[in-house]
Amino acid sequence: MRILRSQWLWALLFAAGLLLVWQVLADQKWISPVFFPSPSRTGAELVRQVAEGQIWAPLGATLQRMFFGWALASLLGVVVGAAIGSSRTARDYLGPLLEFVRPLPASAVIPAAILFLGLSNEMAIAVIAFGAVWPVLLSSAHGFVAIESKLREVAAALCLSRMQLIVKIAIPGALPDILAGARVSLAIALILAVVTEMQASQPGLGQNILLAQRSLRSPELYAGIVSLGIMGFVVNRALLAVERRLLRWRVAPA
Amino acid sequence: MQRGPSGLRGWVIPVLALVLWELWSHAGTFPIDTLSRPSDIAVAGARGFIDGSIPLATWQTVQAALYGLAVAAVLGILFGVILGLSPRLEGVVGPSIDALRPVPSVALIPLALLMFGFGLQMEASVVAFACLWPILLVTIAAVHGVEPRLLDVARVLQMSFAARMFKVILPAALGRINVGLRIAVSISLIVAVTVEIVLNPRGLGYSMIGAQQSLRPDLVYAQLLWLGLLGWGLNAALNKAVSMWPGGVQSYEDVQP
Repeated sequence: MRILRSQWLWALLFAAGLLLVWQVLADQKWISPVFFPSPSRTGAELVRQVAEGQIWAPLGATLQRMFFGWALASLLGVVVGAAIGSSRTARDYLGPLLEFVRPLPASAVIPAAILFLGLSNEMAIAVIAFGAVWPVLLSSAHGFVAIESKLREVAAALCLSRMQLIVKIAIPGALPDILAGARVSLAIALILAVVTEMQASQPGLGQNILLAQRSLRSPELYAGIVSLGIMGFVVNRALLAVERRLLRWRVAPA
Repeated sequence: MQRGPSGLRGWVIPVLALVLWELWSHAGTFPIDTLSRPSDIAVAGARGFIDGSIPLATWQTVQAALYGLAVAAVLGILFGVILGLSPRLEGVVGPSIDALRPVPSVALIPLALLMFGFGLQMEASVVAFACLWPILLVTIAAVHGVEPRLLDVARVLQMSFAARMFKVILPAALGRINVGLRIAVSISLIVAVTVEIVLNPRGLGYSMIGAQQSLRPDLVYAQLLWLGLLGWGLNAALNKAVSMWPGGVQSYEDVQP
């Protein structure tokens, strides 16, 4: 959403206005303070958690779980995607199977994962990796298929081996696709980290908001949701920055 | 990954895996409590269909998904058209929307539970939140893509907002809005199952967790397989619907702002 600089002011005013209306409605008890605690109470709770350092342990746990699952998914996704994208045979054998597994809701494998791994952190990471693997896999397969034919000819002329072709031409060429997929994967990884924490009682922000709900501490519940929102935003921005840095060599597309 | 002339190759690995799995399951070292047996899974699935428990659970899941989807579609298209028509308004409201969007929809499950209690409504509300964003964003982009001369004509004819919406904008933008809806349909099923897995006691997700907790791996896998078929069928049907739509856009990338 592109906006003019002067509109930022209006945008900020709009957001502040929304919060103010909420604050007044909650203060006057026109809306239930249990369901919609006023923004100031949520803010105070958030500040308290940060000041007392309570927030860091669950935040770190969620972040770590998300990151490990995502890293595993990225690794698997690039390897399998490269295989499928660069080999017709692999595509024939694996393609239909993957097409069937892909639309499966990742959270639906939780019961099966629990059967194998129990209510453990490994189970959570396996589920996260399963759900987050698809965007990376598909985008890297696409990146490998879409290598320019001229580059293929160059590789053939230079007598590059298959491995050299992959490392020197295919991976750099597919990198923009892979990184775009990795960003989608990261958002999925965060969602699944929260889901596994709620379902399998793993410590983290997801479990915290569920516990806050059970004890009807709604400011804490909102504070948790806000922290998750901020986390999703920051992580996405960070990866975007990494992406720009890694792709500096690329000539801007016309 | 389209099916090539050698489409049969796709069957090799699954069939081989199934046969080996069945054979291994009759050997002594097999962990029957986690892996079950393909034949047991088939029996459990067939039983679930005959006694009506799987169709019922499926209906509950689909019902919540559709309910949430409908709410998201109405809100998303309405606000999308309004915001798409006025770039100024979009500039003012947009950042607030951007601030809400990164909130993972599942983080709202406890909040929805607090508000609605267990049941259809809480599940549908989380589905609606998750489905709202793709529909809203695609609609805004689709309205931007409407031929400006059409809007001029509508203005000259002094059409009311409703008339402009239903006679000009929606027909012109529907081919693209369709893409957002298609994304939302797959999201809706995923989110509905997720809510059930986490805590809502209804539908396929809950039924799977129940099967796991009562140590019925055969039933877990039977339902997982069924869910896979359901998602796959839905995807295929949607692909077909989109390709049949006149003037439809094939992929999400085409309409991203």
